[in-house]
Amino acid sequence: MTTIRLETSAEDHHIAKMAAVALGLTVLENAIPTPLPGVKPGLANIVTLIVLAHYGWRAAAWVSLLRVVAGSLLFGNFLAPGFFLSLSGALCSLAVLALSMHLPHRFFGAVTHSILAAFAHIAGQMAVVYLWLIPHAGIAYLIPIFATAALVFGTVNGLIAARFMDNGDNPDPEPQS
Amino acid sequence: MPFLSHVKPGDYLTLLGGIAFTVWISFTVWSGGVADTALIRSGGKVFKEVPLSRDQQIEVPGPLGTSIITIEKRRARISSDPSPRQYCVRQGWIQQAGEIAICLPNEVSVELTGGAKKYDSLNY
Repeated sequence: MTTIRLETSAEDHHIAKMAAVALGLTVLENAIPTPLPGVKPGLANIVTLIVLAHYGWRAAAWVSLLRVVAGSLLFGNFLAPGFFLSLSGALCSLAVLALSMHLPHRFFGAVTHSILAAFAHIAGQMAVVYLWLIPHAGIAYLIPIFATAALVFGTVNGLIAARFMDNGDNPDPEPQS
Repeated sequence: MPFLSHVKPGDYLTLLGGIAFTVWISFTVWSGGVADTALIRSGGKVFKEVPLSRDQQIEVPGPLGTSIITIEKRRARISSDPSPRQYCVRQGWIQQAGEIAICLPNEVSVELTGGAKKYDSLNY
């Protein structure tokens, strides 16, 4: 009998661990009732933000996308509309994070990243909703609600992430890989 | 405050920008624009187009009977309708462009239109 061994690096293990934490938070927040489908705290993004600050964008993208795919498997909506909403939100967030991470670290921290990513997230989701699911301009009426949610949850998540990073004025520790 | 010690100056800037954006988009999206005309339909066809500037009552015939549409102070409402559930009457006053009150059973609707009609709520 042969065993197949995957060569895994320390970084792989770390990404897997972080994705697992993100998944846990996703499951947790699914237990919270929401007033409107789509308005969620997005607690898993705290993990993405921390990974982004400590291990760079690539690792953050891995954690974020693993969380989306594995989360959809857990909830049984893989390749269902909800999955594509999560995916488009995550992809837009990651794109914006790729840009915003180059803002001067002296002035912009996790809260900035979090708010920008939250707005990108709803923008991506609304785009998919409009282009694919509900091609009706009436959904524009929901934008202010989602924007407010993004603002509030983006700020809160950013504060939590900043609190966990806890490196004062030195947000760039050596990448651990 | 343990939380605030991790917030950087630019973060406040982003937060302010986010608030400004949210307020701006709320006003843009939720203020439907000024309506100046009421478009009254009966049986799918335009029955009458009346300006909101003049207060009046319009009787619109439908398959169940007569609906009465009231226009007052640049607002419009269906004040009486023979439909069994009275949804359109209970909807009350409508006053922004794009808003519409529909009595399906009596096939009567009143839609407000303005200079810039933002979207057509009936075409999807």
